[in-house]
Amino acid sequence: MTVALEAAETGAQVHLLEQGLSLGGRIAQLARYFPKMCPPSCGLEINYRRLRKNPNVMVHTLTKVTAINGGPGAFEVAIETAPRFVNGDCTCCGDCIDACGVERENAFNYGLDKSSAIFLPHPMAYPMTYAVDNAICPSGCQKCVDVCKVNAINLKEEGTTDTLKADAIAVATGWTPYDATKLDQLGFGKYENVITNVMMERMLAEDGPTSGKAVKPSDGEAPKRIAYVQCAGSRDRKHLPYCSAVCCGASMKEAIVMREVDEAVEQTIFYIDRRVMGRNEDVLAKVEADEKTLLQRGKVAKIVEDATTKVLTLSAEDTDTGNRVEAEADLVVLATGMVPNNGDLPLPESCQVDDNGFLVAGGLESGVVPAGCAVRPAPMAACMQDATGAALKTLVIAAKAS
Amino acid sequence: MEHKTIAYICTGCGIGEAVDADKLIEVGNELAPAVCKKHEYLCGKEGLAEIGQDIKDIEATHVVICACSERVFTDRFDFEDVFVHRTNLREHVAWCHTANDDGTQELAEDYVRMGITRCKNAETPEPLVQEVSDSVLVVGGGVSGLNAALNAADVGHDVVLVEKAEALGGFAATLHKTYPTAAPYTEAGENPVPGLVAAVEGNDRIQVLLGSTVSEVAGAPGKFDVKVGDKEFKIGAIVVATGFTPYDVTKLEHLGYGKSPDVVGSVQFEEMAKEGKFVRPSDGAPARKVVFVQCAGSRDPDHLPYCSSTCCMNSLKQANYLLENDDDAEAYILYKDMRTPSLYEQYYEAAQATPGIMLTKGEITGVEPNGNGKVKVTAGNTLLGEDIEIDADLVVLAQGKVPVMAEEGILNLTYRKGKELPTLKYGFPDSNFICFPYETARTGIYTVGCVRQPMDIVQCGEDAAGAALKAIQCVHATGGGTAVHPRAWDQTYPDFFLQRCTQCKRCTEECPFGTLDEDEKGTPLENPTRCRRCGVCMGACPERIISFKDYSVPMIGDMIKSVHVPDEFEEKPRYIGLICENDAYPAMDMAGLNHVEYSPLVRFIPVRCLGSVNRVWIADSLSAGIDGIILIGCKYGDDYQCHFLQGSELCSKRMENVQEDLQRLMLESERIKIVQLAINEYDKLPQIVNEFVEEVNNLGPNPYKGF
Repeated sequence: MTVALEAAETGAQVHLLEQGLSLGGRIAQLARYFPKMCPPSCGLEINYRRLRKNPNVMVHTLTKVTAINGGPGAFEVAIETAPRFVNGDCTCCGDCIDACGVERENAFNYGLDKSSAIFLPHPMAYPMTYAVDNAICPSGCQKCVDVCKVNAINLKEEGTTDTLKADAIAVATGWTPYDATKLDQLGFGKYENVITNVMMERMLAEDGPTSGKAVKPSDGEAPKRIAYVQCAGSRDRKHLPYCSAVCCGASMKEAIVMREVDEAVEQTIFYIDRRVMGRNEDVLAKVEADEKTLLQRGKVAKIVEDATTKVLTLSAEDTDTGNRVEAEADLVVLATGMVPNNGDLPLPESCQVDDNGFLVAGGLESGVVPAGCAVRPAPMAACMQDATGAALKTLVIAAKAS
Repeated sequence: MEHKTIAYICTGCGIGEAVDADKLIEVGNELAPAVCKKHEYLCGKEGLAEIGQDIKDIEATHVVICACSERVFTDRFDFEDVFVHRTNLREHVAWCHTANDDGTQELAEDYVRMGITRCKNAETPEPLVQEVSDSVLVVGGGVSGLNAALNAADVGHDVVLVEKAEALGGFAATLHKTYPTAAPYTEAGENPVPGLVAAVEGNDRIQVLLGSTVSEVAGAPGKFDVKVGDKEFKIGAIVVATGFTPYDVTKLEHLGYGKSPDVVGSVQFEEMAKEGKFVRPSDGAPARKVVFVQCAGSRDPDHLPYCSSTCCMNSLKQANYLLENDDDAEAYILYKDMRTPSLYEQYYEAAQATPGIMLTKGEITGVEPNGNGKVKVTAGNTLLGEDIEIDADLVVLAQGKVPVMAEEGILNLTYRKGKELPTLKYGFPDSNFICFPYETARTGIYTVGCVRQPMDIVQCGEDAAGAALKAIQCVHATGGGTAVHPRAWDQTYPDFFLQRCTQCKRCTEECPFGTLDEDEKGTPLENPTRCRRCGVCMGACPERIISFKDYSVPMIGDMIKSVHVPDEFEEKPRYIGLICENDAYPAMDMAGLNHVEYSPLVRFIPVRCLGSVNRVWIADSLSAGIDGIILIGCKYGDDYQCHFLQGSELCSKRMENVQEDLQRLMLESERIKIVQLAINEYDKLPQIVNEFVEEVNNLGPNPYKGF
């Protein structure tokens, strides 16, 4: 969104292609940013407003790139847009949601709650239009269609294809959280009260499944003790050999927000190194000053659940002393890392990809500029730098091609 | 053209079920618009066509859409050459208040009155299109400045690059090599500076001024008058890339500096590497056992409280220099946390596997000459679980980064509000906005690289491209007569009716962006292209002489006065809510979307920024019989969220004075409440609104009601 807006506000015409239902990406799913502890929706809202007011940006949601032909100054980008089953006439009045009796797992909340089969992607969605998860609609069901006063729903809608012309291409495809079920010693997927950091963000978000409070999925009760497991997959040859750059700050932030939510909660953050760069150091200072949050050096090797009490026991090696440490927690948050998303993008051969799947930010000859977490794991502010820079580079490519 | 307002009440989305639309039309018609009618689905094709036809037939100039939030269907309710006002009967009325209730109906009626009233004075803005210079001034010729200059030149802008030193390159020019900047992140890289310098020197669009500093910046974006020595330039936008200085090692006595010549800073060690001479300064003997002390000054509240971000990687590189020069050398890196984020982890991993490089966490307890010509480094709390002692040939202190944005003249702005860019804590002229890193407190001036935040060469390169983009964007917006971020679409600008100015200087003092200067008498000198259109000046002005075409003191004042205030015997209190349109307004929309219910007694008016709230609106409210006023704006303090830096904070200060005024009028100060609310806190709205209403209800009616 930032590349698109920054370029458009210099007068460039931009097609913004998004595979999902709404703009904002992972950021829209976060509760807060570190170090300011401010809500991401604040900046998103400004950007949505810039988009609403800017005729230079054409937004295409549910859209995938199927082929890229041509070169700098003369790209032809083939796109495929999947059906949303709801058109822009939708007023979000909610009549269809009341009528729909079918439930789906809410992917926006990482499955922590359910939504109806017709739903608004999230309360701040852009575009503000419902969508239908037709994979779970009972065959022949027309309840939503029947009740819609503005005829916005068409369950027979089919996908479309198109070819767009472009001078330059920016790739800002972002990341997916590392699959925590691959960390078999840590019990995710096996023990209900082991969750991931992105799930924790949804819980701590006011518009999330638990309205801003962390709960134990096993019983919906508030946890008295929370443990954060850093480098859950990251900095590990067997999983992700790199550092995911944001997880230290994210867990510290979550611990700070948790203490605002529940003054009595006791928390432990297991870490290898505390990586908060620049002025994010302030976040670490704040956690260190909190007497109820313990920063424990050590890599967690194993988590075991007591089947009756659901209490989780973490075993770690304290790398300060070489001793084994054990700690109990009611809720464990795995700080899973970032996996780049650009795998199925049909990029020109001149674009390089490194061993870990990240795009190599090279010269401008290819006409393709990668930005953000497509290049390397990075916190939000660094992605904004990249994205603004990428906008400039697309202008350079266009200028050199003309 | 004759002023003609047409108004529409949409009855879709539950509005028609919640309120009596015919009654709303009656109420609307009392204000004599050319048309006031209802439609069951205004945003649909037929509804829009009807509006379009009416505009044509009636030659309407103003359209009031009483329907959903202005945050949705913005493009549909956009009609050419007419002023459109959106009145929110959906999220702010039908979706959050009891259907068919008197309170709900009266709220909707007031909103219709307020919408039509707003249009009486509002005008469609005309952009202030003007000739601008599209040249970019870049201050600082290091990696960030060189990249910014090349980037701006590559898209066709002329660049003036000013460098204080006699050569380009900045600090990075002193580096022997860079740490790895590309996959597989295991080999140090060639220094990019010579290549960058050659590219800049070979670029016709870039004029380089060496050994120079900026002696004066006057004017405004699009037409800065910049003096560099005796040269003068017309400049469109400015990029500040003044970089950093390494932290002063002489302040690191606690880490042994000054106690032995063999304790050196990382900058000095880099020079050794460049010369290929790894020797002890004391006796010229080879330095074969070297201890690198991390966070030498950084992450230390007594020195630099922040992390300098690049020193861990830099010391790994320097340890590798040592080993590459001498296989048998030993490098010890003592750190607090090894910070090699992201893909740089791979360089750390490679170092861990390198014989001769020993890495351990440790807290330095002493660095002293040991009496035998070596320097003894002692550290506790190490990974090995015990204290360690190393007799080193050489100790290298990893120096942090200090931004070059000090008191001394970088820009020498002629601005009334100071010669330099305001800085945040720790001296960085950063934006304080995680989402919008380039927005400094001075329009058209963008900071980049290590002056803004500690960062490495790769990040400086990206950052430079970003800053160049912002500079170009500013020139584009300024020439076209629109604002820059965050109101990038806004074509209005403040008009000053200077005949009535009393030279009180409040507007010039309070503008967070240093927009206004003053003449000798104290009359404000307008610099519209410096303006971000927040309206703080309008809020500050006691004479109410500052206004925008679509936003002014009388416009909002008249909206307030249009509220129907029942007399005290009806026991129907009325409140005004002035809310930030950027955060509180969307939060109210979220509350509506979630059908969260709260008191219908408050009439909310969105404002550009709480800082634009003029005190007279409080007086207008109270003299109209309004019982209380609640102001909801962004959080302030160190981590302020106000998009206009200080707007909400300024408002809260002004309101303290207003509360004092109230007490003098024998009115309770509780009738005015200011609340900080983040956009995500919509769930708190009912409590905030209801508590306020209850508190003021308990005070009884405004005694001025009916006068």
